[in-house]
Amino acid sequence: MNAPQPDLARRKGSVDMAHGGGGRAMAELISDLFQRHLSNPILDQGNDAALLNVPPGRLVMSTDGHVISPLFFPGGDIGSLAVHGTLNDVATAGARPLYLTAGFILEEGFPLADLERIVVSMALAARDAGVPIVTGDTKVVEKGKGDGVFITTTGLGVVPEGVHVSVERARPGQAILLSGSIGDHGVAILSKRENLEFETEIRSDSAALHTLVANMVADVPGIAVLRDPTRGGLAATLNEIARTAGVGMHLDETRIPVKRDVAAACELLGLDPLYVANEGKLICLCEADDAERLLAVMKAHPLGRDAAIIGTVTEDDAHLVEMETEIGGLRVVDWLSGEQLPRIC
Amino acid sequence: MKYVDEFRDRELAKTVAEAIRREARPERTYNIMEFCGGHTHAIFRYGVKDLMPENVRFVHGPGCPVCVLPVRRLDDAVEIAERHGVILCTYGDMMRVPGTKQRSLIRAKADGADIRMVYSTLDALKIARDNPDREVVFFAIGFETTTPPTAVAIRQAEKEGLRNFSVFCNHVLTPSAISHILQSPEVRELGTVRIDGFLGPSHVSSVIGSEPYEYFAEEFGKPVVIAGFEPLDVMQSALMLIRQINEGRHEVENEYTRVVTREGNLKAQSLVSEVFELRTSFEWRGLGTVPYSALKIREAHAAFDAERRFEVSEKKSREVKSCECPAILRGVKKPTDCKLFGTVCTPDTPMGSCMVSSEGACAAYWTYGRHRDPVRRPRAKEEAA
Ligand code: SF4
Repeated sequence: MNAPQPDLARRKGSVDMAHGGGGRAMAELISDLFQRHLSNPILDQGNDAALLNVPPGRLVMSTDGHVISPLFFPGGDIGSLAVHGTLNDVATAGARPLYLTAGFILEEGFPLADLERIVVSMALAARDAGVPIVTGDTKVVEKGKGDGVFITTTGLGVVPEGVHVSVERARPGQAILLSGSIGDHGVAILSKRENLEFETEIRSDSAALHTLVANMVADVPGIAVLRDPTRGGLAATLNEIARTAGVGMHLDETRIPVKRDVAAACELLGLDPLYVANEGKLICLCEADDAERLLAVMKAHPLGRDAAIIGTVTEDDAHLVEMETEIGGLRVVDWLSGEQLPRIC
Repeated sequence: MKYVDEFRDRELAKTVAEAIRREARPERTYNIMEFCGGHTHAIFRYGVKDLMPENVRFVHGPGCPVCVLPVRRLDDAVEIAERHGVILCTYGDMMRVPGTKQRSLIRAKADGADIRMVYSTLDALKIARDNPDREVVFFAIGFETTTPPTAVAIRQAEKEGLRNFSVFCNHVLTPSAISHILQSPEVRELGTVRIDGFLGPSHVSSVIGSEPYEYFAEEFGKPVVIAGFEPLDVMQSALMLIRQINEGRHEVENEYTRVVTREGNLKAQSLVSEVFELRTSFEWRGLGTVPYSALKIREAHAAFDAERRFEVSEKKSREVKSCECPAILRGVKKPTDCKLFGTVCTPDTPMGSCMVSSEGACAAYWTYGRHRDPVRRPRAKEEAA
């Protein structure tokens, strides 16, 4: 990894309209900053479109725009998040991610030093994941028309033979597994939000899940559903699955891992961790007979250490997600109404 | 921060539930009004109802500050924001409450008014400091619990000489609202609402103490148990009420001894009375005009009183016609008795205040409990009749 060059920031100060103008300033920004940090053979060819070698199989493609505030938070920033988010969308289709692309919308006046931090973080995330960013785009908008930086990433991957992960495959009787504690990302973001700073050690769980997924599908190729519960949290994702597949769900609250700090922060802010965003967790539905074996596979991976079986898929015409509460009562876990937190990711 | 596992213990809950089942006499019903929305929320969020025998019923009271604010006051807030061009700061839930013609603060914001969501009075002060050339108004709502922070904010603004900060005060008082309910015809004469005892709001009592309830426990012959907000607090308090009812007692008991004393927080009380005084009357949504049930800012702090600072027009404020919030807030009806519940009115499209806050009875029914109380969807015939 090349070390970020601090004099770039000193020389250029901040993004200005010329950086999007197609002239020398733009060429310099691209070569000095994007190309330098994200360098790989395909990107370095410098073509407008990347020429890719793709193994045989079913292709998966996913794109995601990233708009967050604040841009830097404990455990990550918009750069690494943009990489992880898209890798996870590809991975939860059961696929092995191969390539990424990135589009930047920069606001006039955004400090180049911060931009460099973000690009370095993207480069590291992509490198750690072993998935190169092969092409990209940069645009500059006038001051006041953006929020610092917006990043759109697209990911391409291939599904291994024999794997058919799809939400419609949810069936009554299947087990619901969760790869770890919920709410970490949302609380980490909140803890740095203006006006809301509170003391917590919680870091975002932002992480690329594809190696965990690879282990899971290798051992239990019959996995029915994989999803990452990002915005709207566990509750929204489970409701989406229930509605799409026409099933119900029964959860056990005592089995859903929530870190103490996260629980305490949620308590303080009047939030329900079930609705708080995650960026490095996944939900998995599989046949009940496979559940224990799959759980062991997940627990053996660093990102699945705290994995748990949290419930079962049920038959229910109303497609309700129900949960047995800590004290043994029953409640509905509904969709989020409105926004629990304004613009969390 | 102290964590609360011990008040959510499944085994303990079972034990308390068994005790309730043993002590609740099968030949009678126990109607327990939880005044406070925090209890409504806890009851639904944890499924406390499931653990109770059929004849122990919870009647939801008016104790959600968002729910009881009359439309008129909300319309006034919108007007202050729009006509006077101030920065209006408010707590999150308040943003979505529909005012006259469904106009909410969130709509006004979309139309260009500068309305900002804050998490505390300190945020509002900060906004005032950061915008010295703008007027900043804090839209203050809530019961006795949220009043001291508002008083602190006013004192702080005074100390700093913040001239662009003021408070639109809508703080209301719990004991007068409870008395009002007990004096209402539904309870006194018509018998349409049976209330055998009260779960007293614990956070309120952490400020005012348990003493203010002694008067009406005596006067109206209704037992009160000051109850914490954890599910086991609610269950244990229900058990204490059942015991009192069985024994024919009507006392104020305190389940929440870990926080609440008889006298409450004297320092907070004196701070509040230094900054605020009683209004002779105040309108509540659902309860109508209730004498001596709210606070206003004292003359000495008039400079920080948005009501004196910003004129509002005479206007006709109106709620959605078929919204049953007023009846629900008095415990006369259940959310599922409302024709709009779950059809036109959901948390995404609230028609009344009870569907907005997570402490509102309609929102709690919809979010947590609608599977057990099936939505009564009126058939076309009924509708026409
Ligand atoms: S369901 Fe909606 S319209 Fe009906 S009482 Fe509740 S808030 Fe009002």
